[in-house]
Amino acid sequence: MRVWLIFVIVGAGTLALRISIIALWSRLGQIPKSVERGLRFIPPAVLSALVLPSLAAPDGAITIGPRLAAGAVAFAVAWKTKNVLATIVVGMVALWAFQAL
Amino acid sequence: MSLLVFAGAAQLAALQLIGTNAPFVVVVGTALIINARFMMYSASLAPYFDGLGSGRKTLASYLLTDQAFAFSIRRFTEHDEPLSTRISYYFGAAVVLWITWQVSTAVGAIFGASIPARWSLDFAIPLVFIALLVPAIRDRSDGVAAAVAGTLAVLLAGLPYNLGLPLAATTGILAGTLTGRRSRP
Repeated sequence: MRVWLIFVIVGAGTLALRISIIALWSRLGQIPKSVERGLRFIPPAVLSALVLPSLAAPDGAITIGPRLAAGAVAFAVAWKTKNVLATIVVGMVALWAFQAL
Repeated sequence: MSLLVFAGAAQLAALQLIGTNAPFVVVVGTALIINARFMMYSASLAPYFDGLGSGRKTLASYLLTDQAFAFSIRRFTEHDEPLSTRISYYFGAAVVLWITWQVSTAVGAIFGASIPARWSLDFAIPLVFIALLVPAIRDRSDGVAAAVAGTLAVLLAGLPYNLGLPLAATTGILAGTLTGRRSRP
């Protein structure tokens, strides 16, 4: 019951975030510069806060291990190729290789 | 949950927190902070969806994901096409992603437990986000936002209820805004 309430609230809140500017656009005409400047940092900050702990501290404590090494390889591939599939494939193979060492 | 929320990273974080009996506010707050990036996508796509009916705007918004955004913004900025073509392109990509996600989560719910943990398939999740993070860093202030958020998230990884994530993300956004302001004349 409590779990379903969470799903419904998160679902409604997420839809509100997604529709926000798309729906307001015809009234706004354009986005205020200050809002735009705040919004642009959300993806790099949130994605980085999601990614780095799963590489450098997969179990809560800082660990220099296969996941960090494979993550570094994946960063390099993403930077060079800008290709999602290549990043995933090379990253997975790198992880298996570092785990086998 | 996949039907209601349709956002992988937030779904995973919320489920982990529910598993540790985290307070209601923490679960909802964390999921919404992770999904705050959709507001930026909404702002970037808004001019290209101008003139669309409100029903279609709502449907397009529900289907908005990192990948749908990444595919369509590249197309829209490179090709100057009429609204109907843009919308067909967007819905084509977004609906395929939606179906894939729904089918995959159902398959995962049925067969997930039989995949050996030593395959480390969970590592595909950070890999997808690396592929999204790299193009999101376009200049120095984006880099500062990402570096501050990432470093802080690692240092705070031991905090209960994964509170390091929302703290690190908001600090990173703040750091980016401050850097952006200072480098401007």
